[in-house]
Amino acid sequence: MSQGTNYILGVYEDEDVLMRAITTVRESGVKIEEVYSPFPVHGIDDVLGYKRSWLSLAAFLFGITGTCLALTMMVGMMGVDWPMIIGGKDYIPIPSFIPVTFEMTVLLASFGMVGTFFVTSNLKPWGKPRIYDIRITDDKHVMAIDLDGNDKAESEIKSLLEGSGASEVNSKKFD
Amino acid sequence: MSDVSVPLVAEEEVAHEAGHAEAPVRIPLITGNKTLHDVSEDIAGRVEQKPTITWMLAMAVSLALLLAGGYAVAITVWDGIGMWGLNKTVGWAWDITNFVWWVGIGHAGTLISAVLLLFRQRWRMSINRASEAMTIFAVICAAMFPVLHMGRPWLGFYWALPLPNTFGSLWVNFNSPLLWDVFAISTYFSVSLVFWYIGLIPDFATIRDRATNKISKAIYGALSFGWTGGAKTWSHYETVSLVLAGLATPLVLSVHTIVSFDFATSVIPGWHTTIFPPYFVAGAIFSGFAMVLTLLLVTRKVYKLEDYITIQHIELMNIVIIVTGSIVGIAYITEFFVAWYSGVEAEQYAFINRAFGPYWWAYWSMMTCNVISPQLFWFKKIRTNLAATFIISIIVNIGMWFERFVIIVTSLHRDFLPSSWAMFYPTIYDIGVYVFTFGLFFTAFFLFAKFFPVINMAEVKSILKATGERSSQSGK
Repeated sequence: MSQGTNYILGVYEDEDVLMRAITTVRESGVKIEEVYSPFPVHGIDDVLGYKRSWLSLAAFLFGITGTCLALTMMVGMMGVDWPMIIGGKDYIPIPSFIPVTFEMTVLLASFGMVGTFFVTSNLKPWGKPRIYDIRITDDKHVMAIDLDGNDKAESEIKSLLEGSGASEVNSKKFD
Repeated sequence: MSDVSVPLVAEEEVAHEAGHAEAPVRIPLITGNKTLHDVSEDIAGRVEQKPTITWMLAMAVSLALLLAGGYAVAITVWDGIGMWGLNKTVGWAWDITNFVWWVGIGHAGTLISAVLLLFRQRWRMSINRASEAMTIFAVICAAMFPVLHMGRPWLGFYWALPLPNTFGSLWVNFNSPLLWDVFAISTYFSVSLVFWYIGLIPDFATIRDRATNKISKAIYGALSFGWTGGAKTWSHYETVSLVLAGLATPLVLSVHTIVSFDFATSVIPGWHTTIFPPYFVAGAIFSGFAMVLTLLLVTRKVYKLEDYITIQHIELMNIVIIVTGSIVGIAYITEFFVAWYSGVEAEQYAFINRAFGPYWWAYWSMMTCNVISPQLFWFKKIRTNLAATFIISIIVNIGMWFERFVIIVTSLHRDFLPSSWAMFYPTIYDIGVYVFTFGLFFTAFFLFAKFFPVINMAEVKSILKATGERSSQSGK
């Protein structure tokens, strides 16, 4: 995001009105920077034209890594580094390795995916969020439109938002 | 409120905009005509208020338990495990009973947040936050017992984790169910913690944006990880929740399965049974739901959350208790039958001894509390009655404690050699360590209830339109 940007913010009360408004605004050729909501609105990513989140793939890859790590660790320790006969079992008793392999798979998949989520969504404890409207985390949906990123005039966008069912249309400038 | 009917059978599938089906809701899940802002006021408002006298009294009692129990923990660490009532015959008793009991209690949280999410049960949303918190605290309490039983907990890392060590680089034994437990419990704890925290982030942002003083703003600001609520982030967030639920579901089943392996993979009569894994998992969910009810009935009353945790929620949880309680009951009877049918004398004796030996009182307490008491929930009047639910929820947890005690102690105290038969009696230090975990659990829970939002605001807001009272009035 560039420095010193002007935003037009359409404030919506209802998620269904918001969804229709997104379609209207996009159809009229106005580029929406992002839509902010107090709760997940199902289907909003489709109307905004977002691709499906790829984080499940990250989880899968981290999970596979966990499986391989666990098996390598156990085979290495019990089969290679210090082989011992325990209870008449093989040096590499695969059934005994299943629980730990499963747990390591789940552990790495979860932590890897959540870590990736934090990084891609820029979530961190010292993060300084850009708050467009303080009521976003309470009860309002806000559609943010970057004025510099659109060719249309400010008044035109404002009337478009008002016509789409926004309860308020505000301007906000960030340094 | 008494004529509340529970949506058990799908009357119609409510197809959402995204195309996935949600379980139908016939009566409002959130009552009291709430708006989105009301939800923030009701839940975040609690966090912003000054602590009440009731809360301070509750904290004082919990801290007193923690302190009194802390003495027993200190003596156990200082003087050693000899302070406990264990003997050569009964080498596992009070400690592992409590360990299994606490781990079991933890199971309801994950079941509610993960399994009910996969089944798209929207009634989970008012109760998942507190149950997940309960899971985390219960697992911490559970971990106290094996750690203390090590005698020298500070060396525990070397013993339990596969670390290279100075003893000729002997590794841990991956054939041992006790080691599987280390991995299972630590993974369970970490994943539950992450799952819980992910859910908390948007709610922390709500509190951050409402905060009027600098300190709260800074603390909740850091806790909220700079959350803004953008659609892209929500989209990732929903995927993360769904995948975590998918991972946590087999995880929660694996944890108590592996805990049951601690017993089932041994060759001790009474322990060596293949039905242990499903039987333990059902028992865990049974006791977990009972503990959720015990805690939530109090929280609901004290925090006046009757509009969020309705009679319907309580009734549905009681139905889970009937189902799991009945599974547990069938497991008890099956065990007895198989012992007789196996023709193995030692196995038969172990079970006869359970019911009619010196620990008969523990066995029959277990049977009464776990098999008979939950059956009362077949009556709608009882399962929608708060006082009855509260009492039965406590009875169930007493029963589940006895179940573990019966399985562990009665199977050990009369082994193959009659000259070594013995009884187990807990010492004051055994009891003290248990008291300590209660102190720890309630202190943590009360701190949570004061400083964290006890209900998942973002999720409740997301269902308000479809399942709140306003929607049913407007005919939606």
